[in-house]
Amino acid sequence: MTARKAVSENDKPRFAPHVRFTFDRRRERWVVLAPERMLIPDEISVEILQRCTGEASLAGIIDALSGEFDASRDEIAGDVLALVQDMTDKGVLAS
Amino acid sequence: MSVDPPLALLAEVTHRCPMRCLYCSNPLALEPASNELDTETWCRVLDQAADLGMLQVHFSGGEPTVRKDLETLIDHASKQGLYGNLITSGVLLDRDRLLRFADVGLEHVQLSFQDTDEGCGDLVGGFKGAHAKKLAVARWIKEAGLALTLNGVIHRHNASRTRDIIELAVDLGAGRLEVASVQYYGWGLKNRAYLMPTIQQLEEVTAVVEDARQRLVGVLAIDYVVPDYYARLPKACMGGWGQRFLNVDPAGRALPCHAAPTIPGMSFDTIFERSLEDIWLRSDAFNRFRGTAWMPEPCASCDHREIDWGGCRCQALALTGDAANVDPVCQRSPYHEDVRSMAESEASAATESFVYRGDPGRTKAQREQKTAGAMGYVQGSDR
Repeated sequence: MTARKAVSENDKPRFAPHVRFTFDRRRERWVVLAPERMLIPDEISVEILQRCTGEASLAGIIDALSGEFDASRDEIAGDVLALVQDMTDKGVLAS
Repeated sequence: MSVDPPLALLAEVTHRCPMRCLYCSNPLALEPASNELDTETWCRVLDQAADLGMLQVHFSGGEPTVRKDLETLIDHASKQGLYGNLITSGVLLDRDRLLRFADVGLEHVQLSFQDTDEGCGDLVGGFKGAHAKKLAVARWIKEAGLALTLNGVIHRHNASRTRDIIELAVDLGAGRLEVASVQYYGWGLKNRAYLMPTIQQLEEVTAVVEDARQRLVGVLAIDYVVPDYYARLPKACMGGWGQRFLNVDPAGRALPCHAAPTIPGMSFDTIFERSLEDIWLRSDAFNRFRGTAWMPEPCASCDHREIDWGGCRCQALALTGDAANVDPVCQRSPYHEDVRSMAESEASAATESFVYRGDPGRTKAQREQKTAGAMGYVQGSDR
């Protein structure tokens, strides 16, 4: 049986197969489409999810966001890891 | 009020199905194959759905795979940017067809299981050999690289095996499981006394699900639907009437939910007469129970009115005789206590009699004969 994946800064998350992160033109917002469900990420989550391409490590993503937004690295790391863990638990992201 | 566009299309491409599940929620009067929309018309429906802003399509039925043109419809939906889900019993599928579905852009398959006990599952599904076939189909779904959800329907005769159903979902590599208590519509309503679990069973199932949810975080997501006759608050049926889903039935009627035609005095426009957008925004049927303006008390002044949207209209009709009443599973409904005691007494009466769809009042021996004969239908329809 597969086990729960614990997310760390070394991971390079990407969207799981059969999950689509796409811009909904009709409603003018980003949306995550997954089996029989959809999630509407808030602005901060969109910033994070857009960087989950499978190429960037979470450490790199956190550094980039710390440069761009007016918040401490610790604070941003907390937000990023919490979101990515939650999205990984939900099967939206994979590493 | 301003009306948001719907999120998902329920494409009920057929009512035909080789299975005869005792809890089938399809209408008692099924559309015959001769009334079904043709390929071109379904493609037009999919175009209009995408234009209207829908994001997902659920190919459902009946058993959607009885249609030979399902590949074409999946392909068309995918090219329109719609996220494709297939809701199937699996019994008519083979490996090659699943590979073709994946090839033309299907994303996800929801596969139903009646039980983990083969005999009980095949009896409730009215189809001998179904369980074994489903096990094979689940493996092919994974092999085709599609996302897999298992749907396990829970009732009095399999509630004790909820844990096994959860383990089955894990073993088969499903990412998601629906532990779905029977909802009593269509044939399910007819067979309610046979299916209704006891309150003790419900408590056990809930405990098993809660435990598994914690144990299986990041492995298996579990959606749990409680039998709402035992609930204190109603479900937000369809996420609210005319708010999220638009259902097109096999003959092309646009419905707020697939049971809506049971409501007397309502008429539903077809996709031959009006566009989906026009029907969604302006038809009497979609506006009849949309939002909160239609609500009677106690809904109208209730804090939950924009959470459950008054519950289920079809259930209000079935249990109180009037679709405009508050859903009687709500504790604020004057019918609430009656519904709950009816559920309790039906569960404890433990009747062993039931009726298959299209098969009224047969003896057990006749039923077994018919079940065995059902295999012939599969071979016939696959030719």
